[in-house]
Amino acid sequence: MNIVVAIKQIPNLTDELEINSEGTGLDHDAVQYVLNEFDEHAIEEAVLTKESAGGSVTVIGVDTTGELNEALHTALAKGADKAAKVTGDYPRGTDSHTQAKLLADAIKGLAPEVVFAGVQAADDRDGQMGPMLAAHLGMPYVGVVTGVTASGGKIIVHKEYAGGVMAEFEVTLPAVIGVQAAHQPPRYAPVSKIRQIAKTAKADELSGGEAAGAGSTVRRMFKPEAAGHAEMWGDNADEVAEKIAGLLRDKGLLK
Amino acid sequence: MAVGLDKVRPENIHEEKSLILEGMDISGHWNRMFDPRVLTDYSVENLEKVAALPGGESLMWCYGCAKCTGVCPVDIVGDYSPRKIHRKTQAGMDLFTSPDLWLCTTCMNCLRVCPKEVNMIHIMPAVREQAVLNGEVPPELQKAFEDTAKHGNPLGQPQRKRADWAKSAGVPVPILKDLKRPVDVLWYVGSYPSYHPRGMDAARAAARIFNALGIDFGILGAEEKDDGDSQRLAGEKGLFEMLAEQNIAAFSKYEFNRMVVTGPHEFNAFKHEYPKYGGDFTVLHYTRFLVEHLDTLKPMLKKPLNPSTSSGRSLKVTFHDPCYLGRHNGEYDAPRELLRTIPGVELVEMGRCRENGYCCGGGGGGMWLDSHTKDHTQMRLSERRVREAAEYGAEVLAVCCPFEVSRFEDAAKSTGNDKLLVRDILELLDESMKG
Repeated sequence: MNIVVAIKQIPNLTDELEINSEGTGLDHDAVQYVLNEFDEHAIEEAVLTKESAGGSVTVIGVDTTGELNEALHTALAKGADKAAKVTGDYPRGTDSHTQAKLLADAIKGLAPEVVFAGVQAADDRDGQMGPMLAAHLGMPYVGVVTGVTASGGKIIVHKEYAGGVMAEFEVTLPAVIGVQAAHQPPRYAPVSKIRQIAKTAKADELSGGEAAGAGSTVRRMFKPEAAGHAEMWGDNADEVAEKIAGLLRDKGLLK
Repeated sequence: MAVGLDKVRPENIHEEKSLILEGMDISGHWNRMFDPRVLTDYSVENLEKVAALPGGESLMWCYGCAKCTGVCPVDIVGDYSPRKIHRKTQAGMDLFTSPDLWLCTTCMNCLRVCPKEVNMIHIMPAVREQAVLNGEVPPELQKAFEDTAKHGNPLGQPQRKRADWAKSAGVPVPILKDLKRPVDVLWYVGSYPSYHPRGMDAARAAARIFNALGIDFGILGAEEKDDGDSQRLAGEKGLFEMLAEQNIAAFSKYEFNRMVVTGPHEFNAFKHEYPKYGGDFTVLHYTRFLVEHLDTLKPMLKKPLNPSTSSGRSLKVTFHDPCYLGRHNGEYDAPRELLRTIPGVELVEMGRCRENGYCCGGGGGGMWLDSHTKDHTQMRLSERRVREAAEYGAEVLAVCCPFEVSRFEDAAKSTGNDKLLVRDILELLDESMKG
């Protein structure tokens, strides 16, 4: 099975996040970029699918940082077979509309049977990368997937719903799958192995086209603002109960 | 029976179910005969596999004298020593997949006594590296590798919070990035003093001592990453190299005369390993650094630490030699000099001290292999050690390695020796300075 995984770099959330001077987004130069965590699951699920059903895994991303190689080498160390990157004048934080278009153009040439993508990313949180990829590629999309089984030109995807309800879908290929979680935790790639691969591996470079333009614009981005302080009512149960009853009465919730 | 291996193969045991010989009934095990056991029964393939690795060669040199078995801290609580590893491997054990691979703490007591210089400090990391590449790593160790790779410290704490401990030190702790001038001392704090609650206590004590002594120092703060030496010894050499490159780049950004480290593992890394990657700096463990300032320090130690001064009884303190300060780097005296300088303290030596000091179990990746080691030994090494401290009547177990405080405090609780206090020498000095 020819599997392609589309990946994306996002700001490292364990860093101090700085807002840019215009107050419309992050200060991208002040943060480190790492691979989107959901994409790590997408890579894991792709490698697991390959291990059970055979085939090959190609990992591809838009290089918005000049550091995408690190993520690609890590994916190769985890069991991916090929790596590719779309290069061009795409700055850090390039919107998902542009990334989806660039990736779709590059993925078309790879003739995939299935495309895995992380179901969402912590930067824009719109979960649109997978659906847009599918639209550009003319393939169906199933998102929030927590496991894939491949057999005979079809795949069965596993989804979890609220209240502990599960469902399985049979998906006709080719298709794009948005991975919520791989069916086992992403494996660790020893840095020793990544460094070995970095010495020899070479990612295919594809030059991408024009930026597609964001589908939405951020008017204002800001850090949480404190809105007053909580009042502590002590630990005498009777007194606290009296105060709660009084408050409910004041608000007209109690007669 | 040796663990996992039959000492004699079944086909080499001869036993008649019923046998009457010269009128005597010697049926069953009374007539059991063994064929001679010969090493040529076994393939040497597994031993050769180890010896073929760069660093693994010396396992072949073992001639089975067993001097290591007598001093191996793991054998004291289990069934493991370099000689046993050699013998089992010779008899077919695959060290690459054996649980024994993860028991060595690289404490170096075996190498100290080995007449053949069989070097487990080289053998174990070489074999472990292959196991790591094959993905055969105990999960808890893998978690530490992942956290170190992602966050720059094995505790999985955010990098940007690395200097947060300093906020409550009560004294200024300058960060070099903000200081923008050369300093005398770059203090490399280390991961556990930066993030572990009990490690932070030692870091804050050190900050107060350095301030009191008027040391011109600075720390790297969020630019500091784990030294990586224990990850190297646990088989993740690539991770070590990555951290070494990052740390050396950070060190090289600033001007300083020398480096002082809180931990012996960092001391070992910066002294012996970082120079191989172009990072050659003068480095001192804090105990040696403070001994240099003893004349200034001594008059500041005003408060005697004994419980009641009227009785004249002193506080019994014993000292645990860290493997990577003592055996690996030959420093036995500086910590003792500091302890002897503290008023009201009587230094009591344990049987296993100095060159033959016991191991806390935290070295060589042991810090992140607690469950694995516990499953393959009768008790934790740290538990054996606190029992020894208690046997010698110590009230305080003094340490100077950031791995040890939490290990020994947990062990004191789990062995019912709650009364034994575990303190970093920094904490004892700081306490005495409060007088």
